[in-house]
Amino acid sequence: MDIPGIQILRSKEFTDKVKHSINKTLKEIGKPVKFMHVCGTHEYTISKYGLRSLLPKEIEILSGPGCPVCVCPTADIDKAVELGKRDNTIITTFGDMIRVPATNLSLAELKAKGADVRIVYGPNDAVKIARDNPNKEVVFFAIGFETTVPLVGYEIQSKPPSNFSVICAHKLIPAALELLISQSQLRIDGFISPGHVSTIIGLKPYEIFSQGYKIPNVISGFEPNDVMLSILLLLLQVRDKKYDTLNEYSRVVKPEGNKIAQAIINDIFKTVSSPWRGIGRIYDGGLMIREEFEEFDADKKFDIIIENSQDIPPGCLCHLVMVGKLYPYECKLFRKECTPINPVGPCMVSMEGTCSIYYKFHDR
Amino acid sequence: MFYDQEIVVTADGHTIYPLFFPGGDLGSLSICGTVNDLIMMGAKPLALTSMIIIEEGFKFDILEKLINSINSKAKDAKIAIIAGDTKVMPRGTLNEIVIATTGIGIKDKKINILDKNLKIGDQIIITGSIGDHGTALMASREGLNISTDLKSDMALLLEIYNVIKPEIKNNYIHAMKDPTRGGISAALNNWAEKSDVSIWIDEEKVPIKKQVSAICDMLGLDPYNIASEGRALLAVDSKHAQNALEKIQLTEIGKDAQIIGEVKADNPKRVLLRTLVGGTRFIDMPLGEPIPRIC
Repeated sequence: MDIPGIQILRSKEFTDKVKHSINKTLKEIGKPVKFMHVCGTHEYTISKYGLRSLLPKEIEILSGPGCPVCVCPTADIDKAVELGKRDNTIITTFGDMIRVPATNLSLAELKAKGADVRIVYGPNDAVKIARDNPNKEVVFFAIGFETTVPLVGYEIQSKPPSNFSVICAHKLIPAALELLISQSQLRIDGFISPGHVSTIIGLKPYEIFSQGYKIPNVISGFEPNDVMLSILLLLLQVRDKKYDTLNEYSRVVKPEGNKIAQAIINDIFKTVSSPWRGIGRIYDGGLMIREEFEEFDADKKFDIIIENSQDIPPGCLCHLVMVGKLYPYECKLFRKECTPINPVGPCMVSMEGTCSIYYKFHDR
Repeated sequence: MFYDQEIVVTADGHTIYPLFFPGGDLGSLSICGTVNDLIMMGAKPLALTSMIIIEEGFKFDILEKLINSINSKAKDAKIAIIAGDTKVMPRGTLNEIVIATTGIGIKDKKINILDKNLKIGDQIIITGSIGDHGTALMASREGLNISTDLKSDMALLLEIYNVIKPEIKNNYIHAMKDPTRGGISAALNNWAEKSDVSIWIDEEKVPIKKQVSAICDMLGLDPYNIASEGRALLAVDSKHAQNALEKIQLTEIGKDAQIIGEVKADNPKRVLLRTLVGGTRFIDMPLGEPIPRIC
């Protein structure tokens, strides 16, 4: 099961070496720096291995809007809940989506009231459920970034049964990065870019940040020393005032990305401006199913009207946590009203949510 | 009249999906769980009662398999099943079958094994690799299609009890716990909270099978939160820890035992982990059922 060379990526000796270079480079830079990652799994690695405790205080690692569950707008969850209330309807989705609080009910609460809500590991499972239940409507609530989109596209392309449809709540990462850069008060010195998303889209979409906005970018893997190395590669660029898109995760990410997956995305979906929970509408920030495949688009197939969705409940500061403006412990609800068992906002629900990760791994 | 021994009683409900899993089944699990609960109190298991509630329509041959497995495990444990009851509930009011047991054991009155009894300097021993049971179960569940040779660690802890009897008798062991639901995270947090101490764990020392670590990585789960059914955590007086460890390592189920951490005074009520790469983080009480994540 081991990937060759994986040991070094978890080896303390290697971490110590990288740490030494990080400290040295930071001294040469001579001022504090702020880096942001935009991937829930990076936050998971950083917290799980206690990487922040290894870094000098002058290096701040912010957590950006990289949790697909967290950025999914309430209106879309409300849509799934409304459909789930109908007779002969099965709602399917990823595990961590079902507990996300929405305007009235979460999918988990709907399930507890007797609706047929099922956790699946991928859209292929949802299609199988549709085949096994020809008299029921099976709706897959599709969330996630470029990483999960091709899986959904592939199922639509492969002629699923007519009782299968998709609530398309997919989001695109590069557009969100651009929005974050434009928020000047954040002053980000570099991005730790998401390895999974980049596996699909390749390096090109990031070039605008390094070349256009002069912000260094390192695409990083998910082992502890992947992240440590990426931080070093960012620091070296800051020191040398070089602004490149570098690929630390080259054992997986190819410069051109995964062309087959890209073709599936383009074939089935088109880019649209799209609302992100707590952030607002992002130009080119999401996807919708193309007209040719609208028979599988739950939005078109069913008449659902959602009014007055509430993205951020009163008192919740998830929208500020999501863009790296606040740390979770700066929110008054954190660890008090808001816990993983009783989450108020989306960042506490998902395992990839910054609040949930802070709850689990950080000081009280 | 004064006695120097006392009777201890435990109650336990058993439900599991799937009923038969790699390394065991609901029947054997109900015996192991009960016997291990008694041992964790420092008691010698004597007898148990078993109450079985079955959903109407449950297949007789499956029931027979489970009963056989209860009997054979009870025989291994040399424990008497002294009372039992069987009830059937209408179809749909219960999922398949549930077993409830009461365990009865006997212990010296002066044995003082308690969650609130950890002392600064105590060494923490785990008797084998963590998370095998929960991970094997998850891998065997429908829909995941993970093929692995990983088996549940489900076992009677009697063998270990037998070698550490002197340490138990002399109160060198301050606390014992089998890390079932919530894994070692839950057990250690419970101890730290009740004893008002911190427990520092060295990740490097924690025995984790490759399969467990790979499957947990894949599903985004933390092995520290995953249940074992045949492991024990012990908090042992530092002067006697090495000795206890060596004895445990001589047993078949304890051969991978390790000292994984130490009890300290700083950061009271918290569990801290020195990670593989030298960082520090907290291990918190796990909440809710582990749910696999999106990617």
